[in-house]
Amino acid sequence: MKPLETIEVLQTTFFSQRMPAPIRLRELIRTIRTARTQAEEREMIQKECAAIRSSFREEDNTYRCRNVAKLLYMHMLGYPAHFGQLECLKLIASQKFTDKRIGYLGAMLLLDERQDVHLLMTNCIKNDLNHSTQYVQGLALCTLGCMGSSEMCRDLAGEVEKLLKTSNSYLRKKAALCAVHVIRKVPELMEMFLPATKNLLNEKNHGVLHTSVVLLTEMCERSPDMLAHFRKLVPQLVRILKNLIMSGYSPEHDVSGISDPFLQVRILRLLRILGRNDDDSSEAMNDILAQVATNTETSKNVGNAILYETVLTIMDIKSESGLRVLAINILGRFLLNNDKNIRYVALTSLLKTVQTDHNAVQRHRSTIVDCLKDLDVSIKRRAMELSFALVNGNNVRGMMKELLYFLDSCEPEFKADCASGIFLAAEKYAPSKRWHIDTIMRVLTTAGSYVRDDAVPNLIQLITNSVEMHAYTVQRLYKAILGDYSQQPLVQVASWCIGEYGDLLVSGQCEEEEPIQVTEDEVLDILESILISNMSASVTRGYALTAIMKLSTRFTCTVNRIKKVVSIYGSSIDVELQQRAVEYNALFKKYDHMRPALLERMPVMEKVTTNGPAEIVQTNGETETSVLETKPPPSGLQPANQANDLLDLLGESDITPVIPTAPTIKPASAGGELLDLLGDLNLTGSPVSAPAPQIAQPPFLLDGLTSQPLFNDIAAGIPSITAYNKNGLKIDFTFERSNTNPSVTVITIQASNSTELDMTDFVFQAAVPKTFQLQLLSPSSSVIPAFNSGTITQVIKVLNPQKSCTWSLVLKASMPRSPFGFAGKEHWYRKLDGKEEENGLSPGQFVAAVMGTVYVVPLVMLVFCPLEQLGFVVCLW
Amino acid sequence: MSVLLPIWFFSERDLFETQRLRLMLFFFPLLSIQQMQFMLLFSRQGKLRLQKWYVPLSDKEKKKITRELVQTVLARKPKMCSFLEWRDLKIVYKRYASLYFCCAIEDQDNELITLEIIHRYVELLDKYFGSVCELDIIFNFEKAYFILDEFLLGGEVQETSKKNVLKAIEQADLLQESQNEDWGGLSEDIL
Repeated sequence: MKPLETIEVLQTTFFSQRMPAPIRLRELIRTIRTARTQAEEREMIQKECAAIRSSFREEDNTYRCRNVAKLLYMHMLGYPAHFGQLECLKLIASQKFTDKRIGYLGAMLLLDERQDVHLLMTNCIKNDLNHSTQYVQGLALCTLGCMGSSEMCRDLAGEVEKLLKTSNSYLRKKAALCAVHVIRKVPELMEMFLPATKNLLNEKNHGVLHTSVVLLTEMCERSPDMLAHFRKLVPQLVRILKNLIMSGYSPEHDVSGISDPFLQVRILRLLRILGRNDDDSSEAMNDILAQVATNTETSKNVGNAILYETVLTIMDIKSESGLRVLAINILGRFLLNNDKNIRYVALTSLLKTVQTDHNAVQRHRSTIVDCLKDLDVSIKRRAMELSFALVNGNNVRGMMKELLYFLDSCEPEFKADCASGIFLAAEKYAPSKRWHIDTIMRVLTTAGSYVRDDAVPNLIQLITNSVEMHAYTVQRLYKAILGDYSQQPLVQVASWCIGEYGDLLVSGQCEEEEPIQVTEDEVLDILESILISNMSASVTRGYALTAIMKLSTRFTCTVNRIKKVVSIYGSSIDVELQQRAVEYNALFKKYDHMRPALLERMPVMEKVTTNGPAEIVQTNGETETSVLETKPPPSGLQPANQANDLLDLLGESDITPVIPTAPTIKPASAGGELLDLLGDLNLTGSPVSAPAPQIAQPPFLLDGLTSQPLFNDIAAGIPSITAYNKNGLKIDFTFERSNTNPSVTVITIQASNSTELDMTDFVFQAAVPKTFQLQLLSPSSSVIPAFNSGTITQVIKVLNPQKSCTWSLVLKASMPRSPFGFAGKEHWYRKLDGKEEENGLSPGQFVAAVMGTVYVVPLVMLVFCPLEQLGFVVCLW
Repeated sequence: MSVLLPIWFFSERDLFETQRLRLMLFFFPLLSIQQMQFMLLFSRQGKLRLQKWYVPLSDKEKKKITRELVQTVLARKPKMCSFLEWRDLKIVYKRYASLYFCCAIEDQDNELITLEIIHRYVELLDKYFGSVCELDIIFNFEKAYFILDEFLLGGEVQETSKKNVLKAIEQADLLQESQNEDWGGLSEDIL
């Protein structure tokens, strides 16, 4: 030994002449821990990193593992350590076990799946899987099972399978879990492991047994074929489980008096998967489940863990009814347990079973409601969800009382969910309208600011429909907002109601309650203070202004005051508010004769379904924002930002019209020729002149509206439509899928004029969501000749990069100088409340119902055409 | 009527769900029926002592998750239950002296057995170090990892016997020491 040591010393001296031995890992940790400030620590680390880097550069093999270990420590402290990645590989390739141990550890910590170094690693792992030392093989298996990428798994699956068949249980258990990882990464490799699973359950070693059960579970969950194949293992699994429960004390696997709970839980879970939807297997495991459920010691957490798993299995398979009752009662017992963890687990599993075993869960209602008062948020949340699931027609009053109390006292994070839950439950089970409205009022006043935005239109619809409650409701709301405008949803609903039912409020017709004495001026005072208050959101102000406007037809002696307010806001800096005010002002000045009809009370709205289309109805008369908020995206696949795009698009301010290129002025005859050319085309299409009533629209909208449902015909593209046909102006749309690029839709617009005057300055505009590309070709002319003597045609090309997308396109045509006497240059949309169609409107103005909002649009068309797939077009006038 | 699926047909909740799903996919590209997604050990001061990830995530994501989780867990009161719903995962944590042991499992998993897994790991550390304390884990973090890797593999328990785990670790340690001697005797601890 002596001479060898001398050489070693010599070597070390030689090294230290170039570079001193790096400080030890523990030394470094100690030093870093002495750092008093973050800056000091950073400085130390930087210094050490520099040393480590230069040592790496020197290709110092002796101390590489020390350096990497130090790097791992710094990495844990949050410092960058990626420069050690390659060094880890070098360590793995080394012959020394220490090097390999640290190298694999570093690889697991520093490399992630996406690293290219993985390719280099595959070889090292392959060598080590065939190493003669089981601990080296174990390291390789562990690393593969922890971070093997799919390429790696493909390359090494064969090795893993070989190791799965060895008799060495140390390797076998690791190989089984590695196989699980391989299957997770590359499911098609599953069958490769099938032969090796044959004898896995005969194994005595619990480690192998446990990992085998995990492997079988994974295979069964991933493939129905495997599931069917492994159903035959049920008796064997039952036997293993039985032996575990019945066998006496075995010190090796005992946990607080229970024999190998980890294995028991795993077997129970596999039984659950095997017994699901299978009568025979379920039958075969009934007895053992009953045995586990009754014989398991429950004083400790372990026992409860097994019971919990048993309950889940009983609820999931086709078990006997007696067994199910036993399971629910176990959960009932859990609810009374002192241990919060057990209570939480009980609530979670009751929530899972409440659908199937409603009555059994209902029996534990009072205990569940008590959990609402728990201090722990996790338990509270579960209890809240479960409470809502338990509400039914019989207990709705009692449960709501508890839940309203909860809403009042709970943390802010629960309020929005709780309020939504109450709204839903109240809508479903309300014993009376009065109760329903009272409940909602309670929610609005206790948690007004947390109510979700979509609640507002829903509530307004509810209120509108409860005709006999109008006076009562408006009075309650009026009282609720007196002096407190902070809760926006409450103020919005209240403003809307006051605007709608202000006359009832002032006349004091309330029968349900002592009527209050309010004057018209007092009502206006409060609405005005909402307008002024800096607590009010822009949307709320919009509600208030519209309410004031509506009161102009409901109040008798304050019209002048209303006019004044409206004209003041005509110069508001809030664009939305200003626009409303300007429009209302115009209504006072230019169209005063139409005002009463326009501002008439909203009719009762029929709710078509609880979900979708009804929301359109509800949003009638609401401010734009609420419309936008209640308008969900076209499909669950749409990313949210696209939704925003469309929302932006629909908001007038954000419309990005594509200014068409200057129209080429052509003589009328040219237009005529074009018409001749296109005449055939038009005939071969499927123009529908008399538009059919729109489905799912409230009847009052239909009167003056034309709508055109077009049906799915993906292959043939979208049929052509007559978008507009009134007052002599007819506009047809023809759709074509581009031949070269199927995601391009070509829309040809044809406008013709049957009146005796030429229509001039016809401009057509279109806007699309930002993800689309739009190309507006020049129109054939800007003048539509009279007597149908010619047409204007214009081509629009829309590129929709996402083929499956169903976004709408907004088209807008305007004729500043039309023969109808309307000569405003600006395009303006106006939203008004309700049913007033074009009766009383001057010719050339139509009401377009867009997304449930009624817009009065002077010669502006809004056409919503989903461009792909869904293939329906709604044009409403 | 069924042909007409207007864009407002899909409720706001769907939108929310989609976003959630996207978020989840972003953070957890591997949506599997995995027992454990990751395990973290951190001190009462919020210092990370050990991290083991069983799902492939970038360093940035790992750091973000760690930071958020440490904050959330430390903010909880001692009397609260050991479970926490966080993003789409369930967090099971338990405090032992000054150290928090924190595991992320999937919704379908058994929280109670996860507590047992944590406890078993603590027992293993205790046996190995002999009444373990935080300092042992700080100064011998690599050993803590080695023990964990003998106990869990890919997020699943690989050995249910304490004795076997410790035996494997001891023998691997022995192998390491004997090799160090063979390779020129850089004393007992090369690190």
